[in-house]
Amino acid sequence: MRLFGYRLPGMSSLIIWGLLWELVGRSGLSFFVPPLSEVIATLFEIIGSPAFQKALYETAYAFIAGVFFAVVIGIPTGILMGKNRLIDELLLPWVNIFLSAPLTALVPVLMVLFGFGMKSIIITTTLFAIWIIILNARAGVMQINRSLVDMAKSFGASPWDAFYKVYFWAALPEILGGVRIGVIRAVKGVIIGQLLISIVGFGALFELYSANFLMAHFWAVLVVLFALAFTISELLAYLERRVSYYAAKR
Amino acid sequence: MVMPQTRAAFGRAGAAGAADIAVSVRNISKNYGAVEALKNLTLDFPRGQLTSLLGPSGCGKTTLLKIIAGLLDPTAGEVEVGGRAVTGPGPDRAFVFQDFALLPWANVLRNVAFGLELRGVAKSEREAIAANYIAQVGLAGFEASFPHELSGGMRQRVGLARALAVDSEVLLMDEPFSAVDEQTRRKFQEDLLALVAQENKTFLFVTHSIEEAVYVSDQIAILLPRPSRVSDIIRPEGLRDKDPATIRRDPEYLDIVDEIWAKLRSYVE
Repeated sequence: MRLFGYRLPGMSSLIIWGLLWELVGRSGLSFFVPPLSEVIATLFEIIGSPAFQKALYETAYAFIAGVFFAVVIGIPTGILMGKNRLIDELLLPWVNIFLSAPLTALVPVLMVLFGFGMKSIIITTTLFAIWIIILNARAGVMQINRSLVDMAKSFGASPWDAFYKVYFWAALPEILGGVRIGVIRAVKGVIIGQLLISIVGFGALFELYSANFLMAHFWAVLVVLFALAFTISELLAYLERRVSYYAAKR
Repeated sequence: MVMPQTRAAFGRAGAAGAADIAVSVRNISKNYGAVEALKNLTLDFPRGQLTSLLGPSGCGKTTLLKIIAGLLDPTAGEVEVGGRAVTGPGPDRAFVFQDFALLPWANVLRNVAFGLELRGVAKSEREAIAANYIAQVGLAGFEASFPHELSGGMRQRVGLARALAVDSEVLLMDEPFSAVDEQTRRKFQEDLLALVAQENKTFLFVTHSIEEAVYVSDQIAILLPRPSRVSDIIRPEGLRDKDPATIRRDPEYLDIVDEIWAKLRSYVE
């Protein structure tokens, strides 16, 4: 965007919102909104503390494991659904239901099934991320150029060759789009899991800080979480742009 | 009506008597639900020659080509390639696609070698073969380019090189030049004549252009629609031994083009 002839760098608007936050905080309008400067100072204070690093480790572990399973199960399932009518008919209703279902309500069921530990948190994270990954992989495979499929067949591709030499790559732009949205949903999943299942990780910090009205601490953790999610999402968006050059040429 | 002429004995390499049939289509029917796309169609394709399937759109010429390729199953009838019944795609046939069907994420070398890659040929061997055919279609120096960096004409040369690289007896070409510009198309047609003369392969060529069919074909099968059947087989006898540069001025060429148009015009809306 341009303003008075100057080119504004990306996300300049954050400066305005940051200033507004600072003003609201300093005006003392609400106890729940400390000034941004205080939040940032607190952030640097707690970022090196053992409690924070333990929380970061626990959250990252559950998040990475959850996303890993969502990707490894979700992409092949989506590709199979896009390629096989029977599997598609069987699974599509469930995928659509779970995509829009309030998964938070399912968490107590998971706790009964899988206990109160890390396992349930990882499964919650996977459940938040996997459905959109499946749907996007499926959509990606379904739009593959008909003649590319014919080409693989006519040159004698085995089903496995066709799968990982043609279908996967041809659907890659959509698959990456699904993974990006899935990762953002997984952030929600991991925090909800940590809040509801067992109070560990960032969930435990949120719980601790809000219960003790340490609002600057609370916001600092939230800012860290937002920054992490944003970075991962931007990284995937970058990958997506790298492969989408051919999306239009398929 | 089938034209009674027989081919001159000293024709193109590989031309032989009526017995030497590379691809034979027997009583093929293809229905899509209640729609009859092809009905009881019988046609022979002589070895070492180029046969065009020509007809108005919707006459089922691409359907017939895909049945021969083994990509579609006929409702009834059978196809034989080199005396063996076709049950699916096979290494005796290679396909050239109208929209090129290249892998956008692979460079020219891998695209041309892809048919060999699927057949399990070792990397160094298939890349050597591919490089050879890339040079043959005039793309030497573009081995590392990606399809989106090439013009439409160059992309189809990649598609052609890929089909040649697997060295199958039969080349199936589905309107290969319809997505490239007019000047490139003319160059392609000249190159195709040279290719048919030098490679001992059987070419099946689907086109909707009368001029193109007469220019490149040893035999033209005219298909008429609803339901599709072979209406005529025309063999442009005298043209094949002429200089490609003069064919379009040849009276025989002009007569055959007119003759075909007279047959087809009533089927074109």
